[in-house]
Amino acid sequence: MDINLITIFILAVFVGNEIINKVPPTLHTPLMSGSNAISGIAIVGALLAISTDGEISTYLGLAALICATINVVGGFLVTDRMLKMFKKK
Amino acid sequence: MNLFYLISAVCFILGLKRLSHPKTARSGNFLAALGMLIAIGATLASSNVLDLKLIAIGVGVGSVIGLLFATRVQMTEMPQMVAIFNGLGGAASAFVASAEFFKVDDLGIIICISVFIGTLTFSGSFIAFGKLQGIISGRAITFSGQQILNALMFASIVILGSVQQLGMLPDTTIFYVIVLLAFLLGIGLTIPIGGADMPVVISLLNSYSGIAAAATGFLINNQALIISGSLVGASGLILTNIMCKGMNRSLANVIFGAVGAESSSDGGSSDGKEMNIKSYSTTEAAMILDAAEKIIIVPGYGLAVAQAQHVAREVADTLEAQGKKVLYAIHPVAGRMPGHMNVLLAEANVSYDVLKDLDEINPEFEDCDVALILGANDVVNPAARHDQSSPIYGMPILNVDKSRTVIINKRSMNPGFAGVQNELFGYDNSIMVFGDAKDMLNDLLKEIKEL
Repeated sequence: MDINLITIFILAVFVGNEIINKVPPTLHTPLMSGSNAISGIAIVGALLAISTDGEISTYLGLAALICATINVVGGFLVTDRMLKMFKKK
Repeated sequence: MNLFYLISAVCFILGLKRLSHPKTARSGNFLAALGMLIAIGATLASSNVLDLKLIAIGVGVGSVIGLLFATRVQMTEMPQMVAIFNGLGGAASAFVASAEFFKVDDLGIIICISVFIGTLTFSGSFIAFGKLQGIISGRAITFSGQQILNALMFASIVILGSVQQLGMLPDTTIFYVIVLLAFLLGIGLTIPIGGADMPVVISLLNSYSGIAAAATGFLINNQALIISGSLVGASGLILTNIMCKGMNRSLANVIFGAVGAESSSDGGSSDGKEMNIKSYSTTEAAMILDAAEKIIIVPGYGLAVAQAQHVAREVADTLEAQGKKVLYAIHPVAGRMPGHMNVLLAEANVSYDVLKDLDEINPEFEDCDVALILGANDVVNPAARHDQSSPIYGMPILNVDKSRTVIINKRSMNPGFAGVQNELFGYDNSIMVFGDAKDMLNDLLKEIKEL
């Protein structure tokens, strides 16, 4: 494994830890659905996989693309729907 | 191309940062979505051999399903939806890793890890969904030798992953066996977990879905996946930790403890003592509320099940209009996932600044006239503070008993999730108003308007 990638991974975990700890309990459900959407980043891998040679890989890529798109589209939209409801009188 | 991935990672981080306040949260979510769009655009632009027709099909189908989910889901069903999305995230990562395996036709340790975590997240999440939806029994499903079986499956995966380079077995065989075992292990680890512990499981699976994406990032050498995956992984772990603390359980105890398998072996300590229960009518409750100046509402999941959060807000509004101070006390495990109760109350138009978490609200009970408990039970049981023999001993609770009067609405005297009778109900300053939360609150609303 590339040490550069491991460096990025470790630093990202620390950054994640810092910013997520500042999210108030009130927003924990939107946080979760929003991070659902972000984990749909696998869509990038799906786009690359779908375009490789080999029939099996292409169809696996398509399956990945569908799953990841549901995550991205559904995740961001439902998070927005929830956050819209948080109002202050 | 990597520059664009960097920009999208910055968008994710800033977007999550803006989730630190309800005011900025919506723009944060928008920023994160923008980051995703940049990552997708950069990928499409960089690759020269794109199968645009298949991509259009995939994105089209996925978008329609995602859109339907996002617009149709009820707020009470959010835990189920997050469970499904966790599972799909795991599946997407596992599919990408599998595609990579069939492309290079060589099983590496990273493919094994990526497929393992992704598949386990997928099957585990769908069991969690089934339990939340009531398709599978919410009780802990246990059988003898369960832990040993899970341990054996895990050990087999580790061994297969370690020896795959030696060439003793064909790579494809090892690949399929790992997929199968990971699938079974996901089920095996989730079925023994009881319904009350589902918030922990969803948080944990949320974390896994991030770790699966990060593992796939290592596999295809992609920084965007690694950064986003670790952000989600960290987020899920923090929420898991908060949920465990809220129930005073260790993660190991939740995963291996199988709490809630049968209707609790020891019925709690308060059973021996006679409790002096005072049952009041809504008219009497309305009179107590009329004399009060500071009221704290303590909602539990029962309130949401009865769809009574709207009428609860109306009661609160009416009391506020009479010059009283009304706050809401939200326990970390009040809903079925982290922050669930807050969303349900926000949906009922409760202002977010009156929703107080455990640490904020507990000092407020000292000078509170009435604590109105709606469908909450274990989270207000004072036994957690002093009774070492109680199964919930040590769990952080809302100190409602410090209020001058505690009004408890319950359907019946049935104990809560933990199967423990609540000694609070017998306290001198406690009164019970029995009945369905919605009916009771509707009556109460009428009464306080008439007073």
